[in-house]
Amino acid sequence: MKIKTLEIPIKKFAILGVLFILIAFFTIVTDSFLTTGNILNIARQVSMLGISAVGMTCVILTSGIDISVGSVMGVTNIVGALLMTKYGMPILPAVLITLVVAAAVGLVNGIFVSYIGVPALITTLAMMTLLRGVTYVLCDGLPVWGLPDSFRTLGQGYIGIIPIPVIIMFLIFIIGWVFLNRTKTGRYIYGLGGNREAVRLAGIRTKRVEAGVFVISGFLTGIAGLIMLSRINTGQPKIGTAFEMDVITAVVLGGVSVMGGVGSILGVLLGVFITGILSNGMILLDISEYYQQIIKGVVLLLAVTFDSLAKRKKD
Amino acid sequence: MENQNILLSAQGITKRYPGVVALNQVDLDFHTGEIHAICGENGAGKSTFIKVLTGAIQPDAGCIEIEGVLRENYTPHEAMFNFGISAIYQEFNLIPALSIAENLFFGKELQKNYFLDRKTMNQKAKEVLLSLGVDLDPNLAVSSLSVAYQQIVEIAKSTYQNAKLIIMDEPSAPLTIHEVDKLFNLVHTLKAQGITVIYISHRLSEIFELSDRVTVFRDGCKIVTMPTSATTKNELIHIMVNREVSETFPPRRGQIGHPILEVEHLSTAALLKDISFTLRKGEILGFGGLVGAGRTELARAIYGADPITEGTILINNKPIRIRHPQEAVAQKIGLIPEDRKQHGIISRLSAAENIAYSSFKKISKFGLIQMRLMEQVAQKMITVLRIITPNAQKRVMELSGGNQQKVVLARWLTSDCDIILFDEPTRGIDVGAKQEIYELIIELAFQGKAIILISSEMNELLGMSDRILVMHEGVITGELSKAEATQDKVLRLASGE
Repeated sequence: MKIKTLEIPIKKFAILGVLFILIAFFTIVTDSFLTTGNILNIARQVSMLGISAVGMTCVILTSGIDISVGSVMGVTNIVGALLMTKYGMPILPAVLITLVVAAAVGLVNGIFVSYIGVPALITTLAMMTLLRGVTYVLCDGLPVWGLPDSFRTLGQGYIGIIPIPVIIMFLIFIIGWVFLNRTKTGRYIYGLGGNREAVRLAGIRTKRVEAGVFVISGFLTGIAGLIMLSRINTGQPKIGTAFEMDVITAVVLGGVSVMGGVGSILGVLLGVFITGILSNGMILLDISEYYQQIIKGVVLLLAVTFDSLAKRKKD
Repeated sequence: MENQNILLSAQGITKRYPGVVALNQVDLDFHTGEIHAICGENGAGKSTFIKVLTGAIQPDAGCIEIEGVLRENYTPHEAMFNFGISAIYQEFNLIPALSIAENLFFGKELQKNYFLDRKTMNQKAKEVLLSLGVDLDPNLAVSSLSVAYQQIVEIAKSTYQNAKLIIMDEPSAPLTIHEVDKLFNLVHTLKAQGITVIYISHRLSEIFELSDRVTVFRDGCKIVTMPTSATTKNELIHIMVNREVSETFPPRRGQIGHPILEVEHLSTAALLKDISFTLRKGEILGFGGLVGAGRTELARAIYGADPITEGTILINNKPIRIRHPQEAVAQKIGLIPEDRKQHGIISRLSAAENIAYSSFKKISKFGLIQMRLMEQVAQKMITVLRIITPNAQKRVMELSGGNQQKVVLARWLTSDCDIILFDEPTRGIDVGAKQEIYELIIELAFQGKAIILISSEMNELLGMSDRILVMHEGVITGELSKAEATQDKVLRLASGE
């Protein structure tokens, strides 16, 4: 196993390099960047992104894509909020039901993609639109107020100085790493991207695995959605719009090939932090929202260009 | 024949690939307006020769004269548009969504006032089709046509581009008997128009029905060219396979036991019809036949990779249904596929993981793969099968073909298979590794595994098998015991006689 982490080492060093350059740059040009407070702030800001990115990594490794995560975040936000307010449910069952809903959405995605054969992009595009509509219908397009105060802990609490969402994110990254590297399903996920038929002929129920990654993506995004709900403490039907773009950007920046089969969860963690640092630094520099979008787009394009060039060199 | 009748003359064509001479000093002339058949076993050099003619590959030595002019280093594009050489492959170069006319004029569309001139294109397309004796509406989308008509469109495209030489590679393979008659008429029409046709086919009867002359390739050499009327099927077969047996095979050990796999009246939607046979413990059962005879399809059907429409499979006398490879593996069947790179190895994963891939459950504890155990299992296989790799963590794509093959075999030994289906196990593997694979197969049979060996290499098939079943177009055409099996007999059954 020692060798495994050395897979395409140059690429991984490149990501690490980009991260350090960004840190160095923002440290020099701003006063407040490299402070414990700001670093923890960044970590908390990226926590939802990171949690969802672990699921997205599983999907992209099988050469799929899940662009419904933004809407899953929106629907879990509203479902969670409604259960706790309108239906007066205690926190725990509300959370569990919300997560089941999120996983069920993933299952529907998975069934369409894997058993019916609709391309992942189209399935999840449809799901993205549909779910956003459902979200608005559920709450009549209005914010949901009046969540129990104790629910704030999930998104706003701390253990020591570390925000709880950050702890959850790191836990999920660790579980994600173990899952992808140390369980059979994880290794099937890697095999599916690029050698699908070979995996099937090795006697593996590939369709189940292919559907399963969407369930994972839905479920983890559900956790992210609940953390978001807890942080703003209001159900907002608009929440999560364009979230899928950030998640995909982070995963691709982290070196996961959109062709599937290549990438590591560690790289994705770096990709998540690069995305977060970029956003945070640009805010500190008072760069307008409009320019931020331009820069983010350029960064994503550069990342996939790098991916394609590396692939071409290998061929 | 007089000199001006020679359309194309190839002289001393030689093409080497690492470790193999694909073409060796081939001299061959093609006359204007003749139907020239080429036959030979797989790997005899036919395809390479065709690729040289069409400019798809450049020969290492030799030259080609087209209409008396020396042509060197030409591209397929030049061959088609300047010299009039076109090839009809088994995979058509048509765009399914476009109409017949649009396909005929693709890249050279007619325009009128900056818009496509559909009227003229349709009219001309209709003329071209009629000249081939086919009345088809040029507005029809190619995707709506049967394979036979798609082939006709492909041929029409060639003639519209003023082809002088049309090469057809196994053109009758995808056609029904009725459609083959149409194809023959078409070939005769082409001949009447003064077009030379090179007709490559495994089906000897077609060669006799159609061709003026026939050339036989064997091991990269042109053996003979003769008027078809001056030879017989038997003579052709004899020339095709008459080869010194150079390889030696390890001595067969062990005993053949009770029936373990019984296939009864198996059919599939696509190809296989009423296949029945029995495989015994410790037996090596060879499957011979030409490309497309259905051997790979049979292996896949037994393995549950493709659906079976009829028939039953019994394992140890118990009827079972296998609908997915996973169920085959559960029945202790393993498949070593023909296409090793696409269907065998999981290329980016390590050798160790590839070996353990179908047995992860056995080496997991609480759902976690025990890395040390996996390493041990892999290391044992690497030693036993003599897999050459610096360590078990090496990515399997970086190993040589022979070692990749051993890794796939190791997977089935790890999962403790009783029945192993080998589909062309030594294709693309160097001679030394081949010998090792042979020894392994014999050793496995000795240990009591039941083995199906699909092979297009005649020597391998004859040398390794205890019994040979020969297939032709989806049916078993004969069974030969080791004692009675000869190259001639296998080939004759394989060509469906």
